[in-house]
Amino acid sequence: MNNLISMRDLSKQEIERFLDIAAKIESGELRPDISRKLAALLFFEPSTRTLFSFETAVKKIGGETFSMIGTSSSSVKKGESLHDTLKTISMYADLIVMRTTIEGAARYASEVVDIPIVNAGDGANQHPTQSLLDLYSMVKTQGTLNNLTLGLVGDLRYGRTVHSLVQALKDFNPKFYFASPAHLRMPSSIIHDLKEKNIQFEEIEEIDSIINELDIMYVTRIQRERFPSLEEYEKVKDSYVIDVNMLDNVKDNFKILHPLPRVNEITKAVDKTPYAYYFEQAKNGVYMRQAILSILLKAI
Amino acid sequence: MPKKQLKVDAIKNGTVIDHIAAGKALSVAEIINLNSSDEIMVGINLSSRKTGKKDIIKIENHELTADEVNSIALIAPSATLTIINDYKVTKKIDLELPELINGLIECPNHSCVTNTENIKTRFQTIVNETISVRCVYCEKKYNVDEVNINV
Repeated sequence: MNNLISMRDLSKQEIERFLDIAAKIESGELRPDISRKLAALLFFEPSTRTLFSFETAVKKIGGETFSMIGTSSSSVKKGESLHDTLKTISMYADLIVMRTTIEGAARYASEVVDIPIVNAGDGANQHPTQSLLDLYSMVKTQGTLNNLTLGLVGDLRYGRTVHSLVQALKDFNPKFYFASPAHLRMPSSIIHDLKEKNIQFEEIEEIDSIINELDIMYVTRIQRERFPSLEEYEKVKDSYVIDVNMLDNVKDNFKILHPLPRVNEITKAVDKTPYAYYFEQAKNGVYMRQAILSILLKAI
Repeated sequence: MPKKQLKVDAIKNGTVIDHIAAGKALSVAEIINLNSSDEIMVGINLSSRKTGKKDIIKIENHELTADEVNSIALIAPSATLTIINDYKVTKKIDLELPELINGLIECPNHSCVTNTENIKTRFQTIVNETISVRCVYCEKKYNVDEVNINV
């Protein structure tokens, strides 16, 4: 494998390999070494968590990074094409991790340069490294990825993490509940895909009636930056707030995941329950990203 | 016995696109790069033994390019192409929908990299009850009638 662009590209076996390598890195059984390798972290769209997670992952296995955050300090601001920016950076780095608002930019990058590209989010399209760490968190908490019942809650229209995740689970016989405000529903193209593959799903507006069935509840932030106006955002921002009183009869194995950052969709009181797993999930991201870097740089 | 009469005149040299799904002929005609001097005959909602109704296009002195053939396959997959020379059929071409359509479809997604960088679009074709296409870059899927095709 040369790039990680989209969950759509990965077979079940490839996904399982990522999970296996991440587990071995976490347990210490594998100690990949990417010393003398330089990763360019190009975050055309602002990010803290994903950027820090990658930076940590690179450094934990001996590599080095240089970063570009936003476009204000780059020649993109001066009108340079994405093509030229990528081509130039590929002359310096051994691998590029990139985040951008432009959908398909990572795929394009992989056609432009000869070094591995890792998609760290392209607009509302894909966020495969997040999906892989989500899957890793599910395996760790549920013991398996097979036959899970998942509730995806929040902004399902603009949330790239949920789009990637749905595709990531397609070969593991999931059952999905999609809970979102009416105009933030899962895009029709993903709904079509699910129907074609006979994957069970139901679109719902409230979660109380199904929460006790769930193995995993995946909560996403209603993203302000995806709304055309503040007024539109204000209308729906508090549509789903998860609180402890909703968790009285959930299954023992039930876990709440969230790609973070959280705004107010999960109350802080939930953090103290055994069901909260979002901070561990963020930690799992570092193991998974070490696995991704090691595989793409052929360090294992 | 009454003499059979063609509803759309025969052509001496050129291409006949037959068995177009009824109502689609004008869409097919739109994607063909016609010269202002090309003679084109269009028949809409003609009787067809096979499908009940069909459309047909006959173009005098016009040879279709590979891109034009691919585009026709996209919007009229049941069509048949026949090349006519001196009123005789000299070649029949079966339409085959390619797996990938390069550079012909505009991606309707404004956030797609194909609309921000100067690059050719690439769409994967998906055939179910209808034909849809998926942008290889932004991964958005569209029905064929939702996209602009530019030959």
